Amino acid sequence: MSTDRRALILMSPAILWLLALMVVPCVLILVLAFFQRGIYGGIEYTWTLENLALVFDPLYFKIFLKSAGIAGLSAGIACVLGYAAAYAIAAMPRRNQPLLLFFAVLPFWSNYLVRTYAWIVLLNREGLIVNLARWIGYQGELPSMLYTEQAVVIGLVYNYLPFVILSCYAPLSRLNPEITEVSRDLGASAWTTFRRVTLPMTVPGIATGFVFVFVLSIGNFVTPALLGGGQFQMIGNLVYAQFLTANDWPFGAALSMVLIAVMLGLLMAQATVAERAAGMKKDQGNG
Amino acid sequence: MAERNTFRLMLLILGVVFAFLYIPISVLVGLSFNEGGLPTAWTGFSFKWYGALLENDDILGAAANTVVVAICSTILSTFLGTFLAVGVEIRRRNGKWLETVIFAPMIIPDIVLAIALLSFFSLLGAKMGLHTIIVSHVVFNLAFVCAVVRARLKSFDWSIVEASADLGASTITTLYRVMVPVLTPAIVAGALLAFTLSVDEFIIAFFTAGAGRSSITLPMQIYAMIRFGVTPEINALASIVMTVSVICLALSQRLNKGGLSG
Repeated sequence: MSTDRRALILMSPAILWLLALMVVPCVLILVLAFFQRGIYGGIEYTWTLENLALVFDPLYFKIFLKSAGIAGLSAGIACVLGYAAAYAIAAMPRRNQPLLLFFAVLPFWSNYLVRTYAWIVLLNREGLIVNLARWIGYQGELPSMLYTEQAVVIGLVYNYLPFVILSCYAPLSRLNPEITEVSRDLGASAWTTFRRVTLPMTVPGIATGFVFVFVLSIGNFVTPALLGGGQFQMIGNLVYAQFLTANDWPFGAALSMVLIAVMLGLLMAQATVAERAAGMKKDQGNG
Repeated sequence: MAERNTFRLMLLILGVVFAFLYIPISVLVGLSFNEGGLPTAWTGFSFKWYGALLENDDILGAAANTVVVAICSTILSTFLGTFLAVGVEIRRRNGKWLETVIFAPMIIPDIVLAIALLSFFSLLGAKMGLHTIIVSHVVFNLAFVCAVVRARLKSFDWSIVEASADLGASTITTLYRVMVPVLTPAIVAGALLAFTLSVDEFIIAFFTAGAGRSSITLPMQIYAMIRFGVTPEINALASIVMTVSVICLALSQRLNKGGLSG
């Protein structure tokens, strides 16, 4: 038996599993989006573009924009914090860096629901932050912090920050210190060196972090449900409702399809950035 | 002087970021030991709320379901993922579409896979329950096991496989007696990762569990409890769940490192 046949036999169970339980169901969603909703919530097998048109109806499109806004804001804040943290870790003595990185990523390994719940404990009306404010003598009525848009953004940043620290640390730690030294020797200030040398060379890490936080946030329904308290909907909640409560699967499928398109577009853009950066490095190596 | 200030600034940044990362979960763990159970006042150290968990049948039932789901999906995905990794690495020239299919389960958003699987199972008319959660968890778990094992295979010395074949061993014998022992740390690391991911996974389980209480997993139970508000029991339960995942993943990481450097 040839090596190739043997390899295919080893691979086939897993590949079949993925085809049956990932590829087929995802294609199904794409097809479902073009069917009509039945009168009693079922699916009627007539082709239509109505579901897709409904996604761009101002009522729903607004939710899309809102989700994108929240995801963008969360990804932006996570990138600023994550980059700063990664930069600081990379500036520490080499032997301490693995340990610092380990502890930066450790919370990421714990349960997502638990990490989100931790913020309910901090932000609720009887929570720690309110108590702390009272303790330092604040008498007035405190604005409700839980069940707000800000709470959702905090939750998303908190949950995905370790990911950004990792993605930014990788290019920062590989940065050749001689390059920044040259820049300083040639008379550039520390800030100019950072802005003109370090930052451009580490953009791929930031792009990866941003895209992943954005993609994970825009489709999220757990954090808006728990920290937003149903005050507003994000796309994930809307999809959730179509499938589990409103029973309008074709519309839910159409929403997901647009969501997947946005995500794929961003992931491809990020891959392009990474590829171009890799190409740039190669050019420098040759030159 | 400037150097010193920069270093201090870096330490300050690290302090702020680590405080942000650790204060919320530390408060949670701390409160789980608070006798009175309220976040407003510390009334003494107690394991009371952990004891309360043991008397809560809903939680125990959900924990049992979670263990069943995690163990079954781990076993299945460890076999499938390891075979896949070995196959992919001996074949080498794999098309782009194949790499995409193998990589996709790791980046596909949970909600997308969840609704896709829900639609799929309903259209098939399949009865949903723990078994549908298990086969769904295998989808992403096998991809992670495969990734871990493949990483180990990158530094694998293929000449020992040839030597084994030259000495007359069959494919199965070679796989079992030569490759498996070398790959064991990576396979165990992958299995531990799969187990943790499965224990923690909420969204896909939520959508593929079907109706009724009989197939509720621990994350689904926690989600339901959180929606009703903050209680001391959740603090205790959350602390346990967090500790278990962190231990499993730290162990997995360790094994994996040992494998790569060995």
